[in-house]
Amino acid sequence: MEKIMKGFPLSHVIGFVFSLILTFGAAGIALKTDLSFKVIMWIIGSLAIMQAGIQLFMFMHLREGEDGKTNVLNILYGVFMAVVIVAGSIWVLSSGHAH
Amino acid sequence: MMGIKWNELLITGDPLILGSQIAILLTMIGIVGGITYLKKWRWLWSEWLTTVDHKRIGIMYIIAAVLMFFRGGIDGLMMKAQTARPEMEFLNAQHYNEVFTTHGVIMILFMAMPLLIGIMNVIIPLQIGARDVAFPQLNALSFWLFFSGAMLFNISFVIGGSPDAGWTSYFPLAGKEFSPSIANNYYAIALQIAGIGTLISGINFVVTILKMRTKGMTLMKMPMFTWTSFIASVIIVAAFPILTVALALMTTDRLYGTHFFTVSGGGMDMLWANLFWLWGHPEVYILILPAFGIYSEIFATFSRKSLFGYKSMIFSIVAIAILSMVVWVHHFYTMGSGPAVNSIFSITTMAIAVPTGIKIFNWLFTMRKGRIKMTTPMLWALAFIPCFIIGGVTGVMLGMGAADFQYHNTLFLVAHFHYTIIPGVVFAVFAALYYWWPKMFGFMLNEKIGKWHFWLFVIGFNVTFMPMFFLGLDGAVRRSYTYSVESGFAPLFLLSAIGSAVLALGFAAFCYNIYWSARYADRNISSDPWDARTLEWSTASPVQFYNFAKQPEVTTLDPFWHMKKKNEGLTLKDSEIEEIHMPSNSGLPIFMGAVFSVAGFFLVFEWHIAAVVAAVGIIAGLIIRSFDYDEGYHVKKDEIKKIESTWRNVEGEVHNDVS
Ligand code: HEM
Ligand SMILES: [Cu+2]
Repeated sequence: MEKIMKGFPLSHVIGFVFSLILTFGAAGIALKTDLSFKVIMWIIGSLAIMQAGIQLFMFMHLREGEDGKTNVLNILYGVFMAVVIVAGSIWVLSSGHAH
Repeated sequence: MMGIKWNELLITGDPLILGSQIAILLTMIGIVGGITYLKKWRWLWSEWLTTVDHKRIGIMYIIAAVLMFFRGGIDGLMMKAQTARPEMEFLNAQHYNEVFTTHGVIMILFMAMPLLIGIMNVIIPLQIGARDVAFPQLNALSFWLFFSGAMLFNISFVIGGSPDAGWTSYFPLAGKEFSPSIANNYYAIALQIAGIGTLISGINFVVTILKMRTKGMTLMKMPMFTWTSFIASVIIVAAFPILTVALALMTTDRLYGTHFFTVSGGGMDMLWANLFWLWGHPEVYILILPAFGIYSEIFATFSRKSLFGYKSMIFSIVAIAILSMVVWVHHFYTMGSGPAVNSIFSITTMAIAVPTGIKIFNWLFTMRKGRIKMTTPMLWALAFIPCFIIGGVTGVMLGMGAADFQYHNTLFLVAHFHYTIIPGVVFAVFAALYYWWPKMFGFMLNEKIGKWHFWLFVIGFNVTFMPMFFLGLDGAVRRSYTYSVESGFAPLFLLSAIGSAVLALGFAAFCYNIYWSARYADRNISSDPWDARTLEWSTASPVQFYNFAKQPEVTTLDPFWHMKKKNEGLTLKDSEIEEIHMPSNSGLPIFMGAVFSVAGFFLVFEWHIAAVVAAVGIIAGLIIRSFDYDEGYHVKKDEIKKIESTWRNVEGEVHNDVS
């Protein structure tokens, strides 16, 4: 607690500003542009992933505390598994002569 | 409960199966009668069935798995008998399908897995100087779920019908469309139950190894078997959920008419193959890694040197673990995913040979200039190397996508994976049983019978499977119940069948060894009969229920070796004894196993209401457990003193063995 009370919470402010930019950016692109549906989905999808990263590191104290390293490792492990299983399956099943 | 066809419940009309039914009935009556006659029910219940002691759970795993080896082995021999001559009429096509399916499933999931998990259970807490695993009662639940799944799968051939779509159970064949009977429900549901048990085990071991190590044992001072088991447990946690999901989807496709994999409803049959191997390939590394650890311990002990290249060993197993997640497509190159997919997966597959090769060289260098002792465990380890290399090299051949189109679905493949899995896992398990038997039971297995066992088994193994490489290259397909005279396959098939009989003799020698040693072996042995290096040898044989009166403190690798060399930490002063906190036994795990069996059985037969009613028992078990405030009990100092004095004074104790 004490550590949080002292000093200016710079990382929180930066995180907050970035979150706002990303959120309004996504809303703006979805509502105010004439891009095709596919392009919009790709852009706001990427923004969402960046948003999730910022939340994890700036607000959810991912690297703090004695388990900081473990947490980062666990997240990387989870991401690796998800990419292998989901992206891998889609790639394997949708390429080749069947399609 | 509509739609039950009572006349289809028991399989009738086949003399082989009728014989088995009668045999099963008689065995059950015999066991129940025997226990009642000897008045052993209470002992069985309080010492074994409700135990949470990791050593006893491990031993129960090992017993169950050896029985499953027997069952799976009989299946293997039946197939070898059927194909011994062309156009034999011992098994028909349908029966052959059922036999190779149950053989594959039982050997992998109910023999190899539980044997290794059993050995891990017995040894890991001892090697890290702990008194139990992190969650002892959960550990018992793992065992009973495995047992429940195994029993459910095993009764299939006499009640309701045996699954027959191969151990891979590929769609569309495994779906309702082409397999309308309930037989394949057994596959989906029995594997699900056992798989949950395995997943729980994986979590338990990860936590145990990370959190329960004794003072001073850093990660880089852990014995190699603990390391490899740790990585195997991590792979379990990563891969088993995929199987859980795939089986659940299969279950809903078969029972509730969904179309995840069912082609006629717009499903994707190859999605099943994809998910199955996303789990299935890591699964084979879950099997091989603990076995590598066993060999590492044995090479170090019997070369009387510490393991060569400890760090590179760890690097290799981590590399193997990561690579094992990205090679699954090599099981279905012929699906036709196109050149990009097949090339990438060929490269990742061949890359695994590199860390595996590093390990082989490390073992060879461990032996270099060592003072090698040719004990039975060491013989198994030595035979493993050339046999496994044959398996590995043929694996690289199969791993090249373009070449695999030639080998795919032939007996070449069958020979390859038996050449990896039998030297890799079965030899390792035999080595481990000979090596750790005195720790588990307080007497050693006979070395002379052990050598008979070894030579018969190894020669039989090679004579059985070596011909299958050449049969496969000549075009003999797998899963085929017969062949014609004109094919020219007959001589090699006959040779292979003869080999399997020698193999069976080897297994018989093993059983005889257990019997002989249990009756006649010397009980007055040292607690460290091999002059070994790791902490499990620093305590009594058989190990007292609390493992260590005083948890050892570790400063180096091979801690017990250094304790013996420096004559430190081997004695126990009375003042060092403190009360020990131990967990209480519980009947809940076996109750849960029973409820899972019953619910699973109803689900197999698609009696949904009955299954839901039984499943209430599962919920009840969870509720009871969450209100369980049992804190365990304390072992008093006097009792510890008494137990310790029984083994510390015996002649031939640890102290005398230092060379
Ligand atoms: C005891 C000695 C053994 C013998 C005589 C034996 C024999 C056989 C035979 C004849 C086949 C079928 C070949 C065909 O496709 O027609 C087979 C398949 C198989 N075996 Fe074994 N085997 C033995 C041990 C093992 C062990 C120890 C394992 C695994 C731990 C194992 C795993 C498998 C698997 C997964 C299959 C494929 C089943 C399928 O096609 O679905 N076998 N074995
Ligand atoms: Cu594979």
